[in-house]
Amino acid sequence: MSQASKSSVDVAFVVNGSAISEQVAPRITLVDFLRQRLGLTGSHVGCEHGVCGACHVRVDGQVLRGCLLLAVQADGAEVQTIEGLSSSGEIADLQEAFVRRNAMQCGFCTPGMLMIAADILARREVPSREAIRDALSGNYCRCTGYQSIVDAIEEVALARHGIAA
Amino acid sequence: MTESQGIMGKGVARADARRLVAGAGCYVDDIGAPGALHIAFVRSTHAHAAILSVDTAAAACMPGVVRVVCAGDLEGICKPMQVAMPGLNMPTASLQYPLAIDEVCWQGAPVAAIAARSREQAEDAAEHVLVEYEELPAVVDAQQALTPDSPRAVLGREGNMALDCTFGNVNVAASFAAAATVVEQRIVFDRQTGVSLESRGIIAAFSPLSGELTVHMSHQSPFQMREVFSELLNLPNHRVRVVCPDVGGAFGLKLHAYPDEVAVAAIAILLGRTIRFQADRLESFLSDAHAREAIGVARLALDSAGRFLAFDVEALSGLGAYQPYPRGSVGEGLHMAQMVGAPYQFDNFRARLRAVHQNKSPTGAYRGVGQPLACTLTETLVDRAARAIGMDPAELRRRNFLPAEHTSRTTPAGLEMGAVSLQPCLDTLLAMMQYEDLRREQQRLRKQRVYRGIGIASFIEMTAVGAALYGANQIAVAAQEGCSVRLEPSGTVLCHSSATDQGQGVRTGIAQIVAQALGIGAADVTVRAGDTASSPVGGGAWASRGMAIGGQAALLAAEELRGKILKLGARILKTPAEQIELADGGLRSAANARTLSLAELANIAYFRQHQLPGGGCPELSATRHYAPQGFPYLTANGIQGCLVEVDIETGMIGVLRLWVVHDCGRVVNPLLVDEQIRGGVAQGIGGVLYEHCEYSESGQLSNGTLADYLVPMAGELPDIEVAHVASVAAETALGAKGVGEAGTIGAGAALWNAVNDALAPLGAAMEQQPFSPDRVLRALAVAARTSTSPALAPTADIDSVNA
Repeated sequence: MSQASKSSVDVAFVVNGSAISEQVAPRITLVDFLRQRLGLTGSHVGCEHGVCGACHVRVDGQVLRGCLLLAVQADGAEVQTIEGLSSSGEIADLQEAFVRRNAMQCGFCTPGMLMIAADILARREVPSREAIRDALSGNYCRCTGYQSIVDAIEEVALARHGIAA
Repeated sequence: MTESQGIMGKGVARADARRLVAGAGCYVDDIGAPGALHIAFVRSTHAHAAILSVDTAAAACMPGVVRVVCAGDLEGICKPMQVAMPGLNMPTASLQYPLAIDEVCWQGAPVAAIAARSREQAEDAAEHVLVEYEELPAVVDAQQALTPDSPRAVLGREGNMALDCTFGNVNVAASFAAAATVVEQRIVFDRQTGVSLESRGIIAAFSPLSGELTVHMSHQSPFQMREVFSELLNLPNHRVRVVCPDVGGAFGLKLHAYPDEVAVAAIAILLGRTIRFQADRLESFLSDAHAREAIGVARLALDSAGRFLAFDVEALSGLGAYQPYPRGSVGEGLHMAQMVGAPYQFDNFRARLRAVHQNKSPTGAYRGVGQPLACTLTETLVDRAARAIGMDPAELRRRNFLPAEHTSRTTPAGLEMGAVSLQPCLDTLLAMMQYEDLRREQQRLRKQRVYRGIGIASFIEMTAVGAALYGANQIAVAAQEGCSVRLEPSGTVLCHSSATDQGQGVRTGIAQIVAQALGIGAADVTVRAGDTASSPVGGGAWASRGMAIGGQAALLAAEELRGKILKLGARILKTPAEQIELADGGLRSAANARTLSLAELANIAYFRQHQLPGGGCPELSATRHYAPQGFPYLTANGIQGCLVEVDIETGMIGVLRLWVVHDCGRVVNPLLVDEQIRGGVAQGIGGVLYEHCEYSESGQLSNGTLADYLVPMAGELPDIEVAHVASVAAETALGAKGVGEAGTIGAGAALWNAVNDALAPLGAAMEQQPFSPDRVLRALAVAARTSTSPALAPTADIDSVNA
């Protein structure tokens, strides 16, 4: 174990559009790397065992658990975090709806929720409330009871399809 | 119209939300602390054991390790904690050390701490600390803990009893003898925990040069923790600063002084450095305050007209090994016992509470503290009575509610009860639910062997508790909240509140109150909170007090500032203050139509005093505090309804609809109030259907992961419909009562009643939460063995489902 913690591996990947080249211990998870080495603290650590979804990041277009991936597994990949989605404006309408509907309280689950919500909204069809709830079932929120989150996502889905909520 | 007019009562969005949706929240673990050492704890692997030796030699040589800290290292730096409540007749509580000395009394108790350059290195080293234990007999079951020959949860105690007390006017025997009907209900509540998504975390920095301790921690009550650190670490208040940044969920569990957090602050002093600790999920399940574990037996006597005569209650509360410092945890049992029957009129009441120690994690506050248990015990009992006398449960409640005209009185249970609005809440609820239609639909579906159930539950919520709770017990927890406001040169207002915000939106509500009083927009008010260095002294967040007490303090401060602004404006505008209107960020004289912006007024006051007619240096700030006066708490009330469907083949329960009608007095921000209720409901549902800290017979927590401890996820919850009966509280100028715990208090009981209503035609009833599918099937199997109901025939052989 001590041997593992001493040795480091070169990794290179793109985070929110910027090329990153670092040395990292093999055991460091992607979310810890993003938070501690890159200062991208928007991805949160909730359970560290792949249940709560607070650490959701997008890797090569797929929303994945940042706590179940090692940083070395992201070598060569394109990684997007909540900070990237925010600054690109990709989810501005979704963020606005979350704010307006108060679709968060403590906000700790919110970045992970937004990552998966962006995924839901990329679907071809307007999702039903049941489909939204189903898609959120890997994201734990202790504060809201989820309803306002479903409301916000539904509102944006309708708006993006040109349907008034 | 001005932007500020009617800003109270509007669903203003939270300013903080913009940061949070951008991932720019700042929780403890997001705070940079260069050079900080990371802590990993070595925790007890046994529920009860003597510590024979702790060998740290190997760990101390591990890479990155700066120090391995054991209990002896903290002697002389940190006093032990001891809960005391002189107002209650409690046996002397055991001492709790930040790191265990000689004995561990729960699995997870911190034994040693590794301070290392990284968390990974600290964890590596923790595995090399060798603790030699001698296992001691453990008592896990609360009922066993009561027996004379039970092992002691903590050596040296005379018994396991933490509190044995009786409430009420006690004369229940005559009522029960004279009753036309007596019903009894026994309920087992399994142990839960708060499961905030952000774990507990702390960064403690100590400067040996200045003697100052600065602590950033994920907590609800910074001033409480300043008192705790001052007392335990022997530092004067003014050299201790506690800052609570964004807090990722709290729900009561972040209201205590945990041994591990106290150890971190002590190690900061020991090493004269910055020390940080963030609990991982496994240690959160082990070491966060647990709650709710209780058994309640209640009896209700009714006369022939269905009028309630008396309640008789026996309650047993399992506290775990210790009560947490400084608030203790007997509150759960006290509320559970004393608040049975709270929404109703009756003549006599007796309740006995016994609270016992066991070798499990210490219990503490969790949303509603005992009130959800009292509500469930009461409301299941009322439904049982309705079934016994053949009356609709809504009608039985209506006949027995405390009438609305009561303004204040003491009930036979010894509760001081303020004004309530139970009847209007029920009327609103039944209309929302379309109750009669639901009942018809339920009957129709039963013929198709679809088992739906309808439950309702009324509740009383003690909110905005005053000094009678902690002050009377000499516990240094502030009963008041404070607010400082000051007009800034730009004509905006900076506000510091002692009320803390873990996402409830208290700061937004305070901004609305201040904005309305000063004729500015909510966006022109910034509210800061959570820092003992800048906030007025106050309690923080607990017992649904943020808006009711913190908001009232803000109103008082804003009105005082308004008076100062008007007085100065009168001098500048040369017009009587009474003729000046504050609106749109400025002053306007009705007498001479002259106007002055707040910015200009502030600029004169701060930068150009020489222009002031008559000179002087105006004060454009105000600080006010408010503590409940003349009443022990503000009585909020409400009612909830629930529709469920039980699959009698699988034991699965679907919550189809849930309705809430609540009265929290003046609603400052309906958006935020409704979200408090919905989030609370979700936690109430979680307790009834899913949540359970499961312990083995030897006291090992067996489901300490989020994969094994089930919490409600989006797919399990229905939409929750919320309505308000807003009876403005007469006790304060603001008129707001608390709302934070309402959802949790009533949801569990409504769900209990709905499930038992669904099971009633099958002769089954639930008696223990959570209602896991195997428990539902077991209840159906028991009913099938004792009943001749033909409906049960196809599910006769379901015993095999149970392990």
